[in-house]
Amino acid sequence: MAKRFGKFNGVPLLFTLVWIVLFALALYFFDQSVIAFMGMLVSLILLYYTRGSKKLKILLGVLVLLVIIPLVAGGNRYYMEVATQVGIYVAMALGLNIVVGFAGLLDMGYVAFFAAGAYAYAIFATAQANEFIPGGLFPLSGEWFWPFLIVGLVVAAIFGILLGLPVLRVKGDYLAMVTLGFGEIIRIIFNNLDKPINITNGPQGLTPIASPELFGVRLDTPFYFYFIVLVVIAFIILANIRFEHSRLGRAWIAVREDELAAQSMGISLLHTKLAAFATGASFAGIVGVIFAAKQSFIDPTSFTMMESIGILIMVILGGSGSIPGVILGASVVTILQVQLLKEFSNFLHTLQQSGLLNLPNQLDPSKFQRLIFGLLLILVALYRPNGLIPAKRKKNDLEAIKQSKHASESLGILSKLSRNKPS
Amino acid sequence: MLLSILPQVLVDGLTLGFMYAVVALGYTMVYGILEFINFAHGEIFMVGAFVGTEVLLISDSLGVLQGMNPFVALFLTLIIAMIFTGALGVLIERVAYRPLRSAPRLVPLISAIGVSFLLQDLVRFTEALARNEFYLNSPTLFSGAIPLGGNVSISIKGIIVIVLAIILMFALNMFVNKTKWGIAMRAVAQDQSTASLMSINVDKVIMLTFLIGSSLGGATGVLFAQNYGTIDPYIGFILGMKAFTAAVLGGIGNIRGAMIGGVLLGLLEALAGAYMGPLTDGAFGAEYKDVFAFAILILVLLFKPEGLFGEAVKEKV
Repeated sequence: MAKRFGKFNGVPLLFTLVWIVLFALALYFFDQSVIAFMGMLVSLILLYYTRGSKKLKILLGVLVLLVIIPLVAGGNRYYMEVATQVGIYVAMALGLNIVVGFAGLLDMGYVAFFAAGAYAYAIFATAQANEFIPGGLFPLSGEWFWPFLIVGLVVAAIFGILLGLPVLRVKGDYLAMVTLGFGEIIRIIFNNLDKPINITNGPQGLTPIASPELFGVRLDTPFYFYFIVLVVIAFIILANIRFEHSRLGRAWIAVREDELAAQSMGISLLHTKLAAFATGASFAGIVGVIFAAKQSFIDPTSFTMMESIGILIMVILGGSGSIPGVILGASVVTILQVQLLKEFSNFLHTLQQSGLLNLPNQLDPSKFQRLIFGLLLILVALYRPNGLIPAKRKKNDLEAIKQSKHASESLGILSKLSRNKPS
Repeated sequence: MLLSILPQVLVDGLTLGFMYAVVALGYTMVYGILEFINFAHGEIFMVGAFVGTEVLLISDSLGVLQGMNPFVALFLTLIIAMIFTGALGVLIERVAYRPLRSAPRLVPLISAIGVSFLLQDLVRFTEALARNEFYLNSPTLFSGAIPLGGNVSISIKGIIVIVLAIILMFALNMFVNKTKWGIAMRAVAQDQSTASLMSINVDKVIMLTFLIGSSLGGATGVLFAQNYGTIDPYIGFILGMKAFTAAVLGGIGNIRGAMIGGVLLGLLEALAGAYMGPLTDGAFGAEYKDVFAFAILILVLLFKPEGLFGEAVKEKV
């Protein structure tokens, strides 16, 4: 690619700015246009490839997300709803990225942790908890949403450790099957835990889940959730970036590349893998709490294997291990899944009504989800196994380190030698 | 009361178990050679069920089925379904797996998951287009039951499933152990590069493995449709998972192990489904029987990952 473009060193800043303004206007003037919304998201990708300093680009990105989008589309329920949905999946995909992308553990039951977080909030934010805790204390009011973000995190992390302890002894494709099995087990258990003690209300689900409240204001429209989700994403992205090059993050990558070699370098396999599992799970837990509060209704059908696979596709399509890639993958798949197919089938319906086209109802594109997921998975595996934006390895310039102000003796094992040197 | 249903439960378990066993063979053969879990194998089984049912439905509507001996009809259906799924298996291997043979291990697995989704939706669409619904009711070729005294009886179709499954497994066992191609297959499973030095065409052997495994899966699909009557495009997933469990239970890569593992799992599951509810006073009823199978998978992988009959493999650097 790079060769063909010659000196491609980024999109000109002006182009990106014009693009942002153009689609901000489109977002403002069109009521429900998925194209305008996608254009706005593309502007973030453009920004990623724009020439210019990192600080400026981040600043512009934050500006787009925090100011421009709420300003032009804040009053529009549709856009805010789509944006929130995209955000929820981006957050989850980033969480799974730690497990699959960094540590290389193919977790196909990720949605179980999402469910754990969602149920943690839903059970106590509805009257459900009265079934097994006497005193009629429940439902909790919406102010409890905020502490429950932490509770969801902790509950999901505990789930992650409990599942991880037995599961992480197997590896590779076995791990995929076992996590898949565990995901299904959790769903079946949630589905049947309405007896002997009614904890999850079984297949009927839980409703109405209290909306979050802040200083007495009920935050129950997509507009508020948009911001909540943004904050959570920012937190998760920061965590991802911090983890990536930390000691733990490098241990994850070592384990991913070669378990035996990592082990012989003194990395504890179980600890590293458990940490990956728990971290990934805890992010899913937070998102689960938000999801429960946003939907105000949850039942086990929201947590099927399809969801797990969908999130996995986001990570793999975008580029596992690559933070911008995963964000892109999650946005693409979510929009495809929730909006584009629906729009396309509506479009076909109008064609049909005007008599231009005769298509049987069974070929409605909105039902094509599995087909498209399947094709995407095969094509990505065959042609782009590293995803749309492959992960970059941070390059350590050894020569530069040697030349740097740390003398060679103060680095690594040499430092110990020199410290013990008799003076 | 609990004991009086035991014969019925055992026969149900055996029927289910033999079906698991034949599907598990497909997993275990592919794993033995490629060390790769063919995730789409459950869907091949499902396609077999649909092809078989369609053959029966179409020949029924053409009026061919009425005068035919049910055994002949079942035999022909099985042959057609096996040819179809065998070809499908080979096609999938060629398109989705072969280009990835040297890729990291997780990549072909991802491709296989994709194939499995693709097949589910393709079948659903074809059926929805052709018949306006994707749940099919299979015409039953065999009805009636053999009474066993009391109000307990064994259905004839169950016995037919068991007998046919045994024949298929016996044939496969003969093939693998007695024929030239079977020997080639075992050689490739042991060491691909050495086998290719012995002038064995590895690609062809792998193709053959997929052909045989998939046609066995397709045949089981036909038997499943006969035994349970109703099929939908999603039956392959759960059954595939359980057959995989059976393969792991018997020691993956081990053909006889897969057979025994399948039967064992079927029996355990039937017993759990029938007795778990009454024994726990209804707290954990038959709705947990899928959990039970998954729990067995996890327990086996944890405590005896080489399975009941497999050999423990030392990891090589």
